[in-house]
Amino acid sequence: MTHPLGTLPLVEQFAYGLDAPICLTWELTYACNLSCVHCLSSSGRRDPRELTTAECRAVIDELERMQVFYVNIGGGEPTVRPDFWDLVDYATAHHVGVKFSTNGVKIDAAVARRLAASDYVDVQISLDGATAEVNDAVRGPGSYATALRAMRHLAGAGFQGFKISVVVTRQNVSQLDDFKAIADRFGAQLRLTRLRPSGRGADVWDELHPTAGQQRQLYDWLVARGEQVLTGDSFFHLAAYGQALPGLNLCGAGRVVCLIDPVGDVYACPFAIHDSFLAGNVRGPGGFATVWRESELFAGLRRPQTGGACQSCSAYDSCRGGCMAAKFFTGLPLDGPDPECVKGHGERALTATAGAAPPRPSGDHSHRIRPADPVPVSIGVRPPAGRGLPPDRACDENPLAGFSLGPGD
Amino acid sequence: MSTETLPRAGFDLDRPWRLHPKVSVRPERFGALLYHFGTRRLSFLKSPALLTVVRSLVDAPSAREACRSAGVTEAELPAYAAALETLASSQMICARVSS
Repeated sequence: MTHPLGTLPLVEQFAYGLDAPICLTWELTYACNLSCVHCLSSSGRRDPRELTTAECRAVIDELERMQVFYVNIGGGEPTVRPDFWDLVDYATAHHVGVKFSTNGVKIDAAVARRLAASDYVDVQISLDGATAEVNDAVRGPGSYATALRAMRHLAGAGFQGFKISVVVTRQNVSQLDDFKAIADRFGAQLRLTRLRPSGRGADVWDELHPTAGQQRQLYDWLVARGEQVLTGDSFFHLAAYGQALPGLNLCGAGRVVCLIDPVGDVYACPFAIHDSFLAGNVRGPGGFATVWRESELFAGLRRPQTGGACQSCSAYDSCRGGCMAAKFFTGLPLDGPDPECVKGHGERALTATAGAAPPRPSGDHSHRIRPADPVPVSIGVRPPAGRGLPPDRACDENPLAGFSLGPGD
Repeated sequence: MSTETLPRAGFDLDRPWRLHPKVSVRPERFGALLYHFGTRRLSFLKSPALLTVVRSLVDAPSAREACRSAGVTEAELPAYAAALETLASSQMICARVSS
């Protein structure tokens, strides 16, 4: 009989992939009422090819058969889909839990009561500043008030422990205690995630990503809070400072997580909307399960990775080279350092490649005319023409959120 | 004061237990994944044998009996008790009123 602790470490098991994702991110629509400057999916306008209600239900049926525990639904703003609540009900009735990310625009008192009544639905309200000034500079005018209104409705309905999801930026990293205070005030849980140079985030990365000093400050703050603050496992590159943060500290892309986008395309992760990470489409023969199990791309991700330029680094076992998407969209090799490598190797690598244009996101659903909300130019600078248009959206959720190491660890 | 200096409460092997009704189990080659829809936490069973134990809890008069019927030896029992204690502390399994 196998000793319960005698198996291969779980992280190793996960690195070789599972027959089904543990959870996945599903962006239901590219439509959004906002135009956040860092949107991972470059959302704004609905795509005419988006999955129909029937197609969405078929995906949920498949997820149920594969025993995917829950989906992280995002967008765009998923609640603007007219069938959104029907799809949530359909998923939970089919034993697929739902966590959805929203800017709060549709969360009124009645919706909040309905959400509070279900164990199988969790809500994340996106907030990128603890003050309207900082938040609205990134997410647009009025977005702070909308988010706070949604939080009041959820708290008023007795929804305990909904999430407040913050993308950490150079502008809001000084507000961590204030975010925590907001979460505490509403009986919510704070969740901090990493800014990615994905989607429109590529355009603002240079101005918004935390400085090296801020990264250290963030790390120390997170270590001190332990499991009180969720991170969706998105700061595993900071493990190179020493102690790992709670979570798996693993890039799960194509191994235990993935993304289904609004038109049914399956990507390795929500931060990698680019043809290089496109594994297939749920409309193809065999549906999602076939893409997950048979895609060449995913098979490649599940093979042992070489550390490349990072292999000789003493911290490689901790950070594992960091985030694939962050490297890709800053033009760094996938087997090299993360652009925010805490040892500074990323900055040096970026200096060495200066001048080469990094890859651009494959799609852009941005509003053609920005809503009348001039984002301060200090963070809204458009890239030079040669860099192309980026994909978007950091209001997203890493599918590894909520992971805890279990018995034996 | 560090909790590590306190004696562990230990796991009561001699009472009946069951999987929490809000927990979903997905068998895997390494054991199983567990997801608790109430706490929204994920956990893992790191061996197929531990999965057998967890699944047999509901019909066994005690956790000790569930282990024995799953083929767990006396020497292995402390490791299983520790694993079950971790599951109990995260509400993945809960004490069952004996019937």
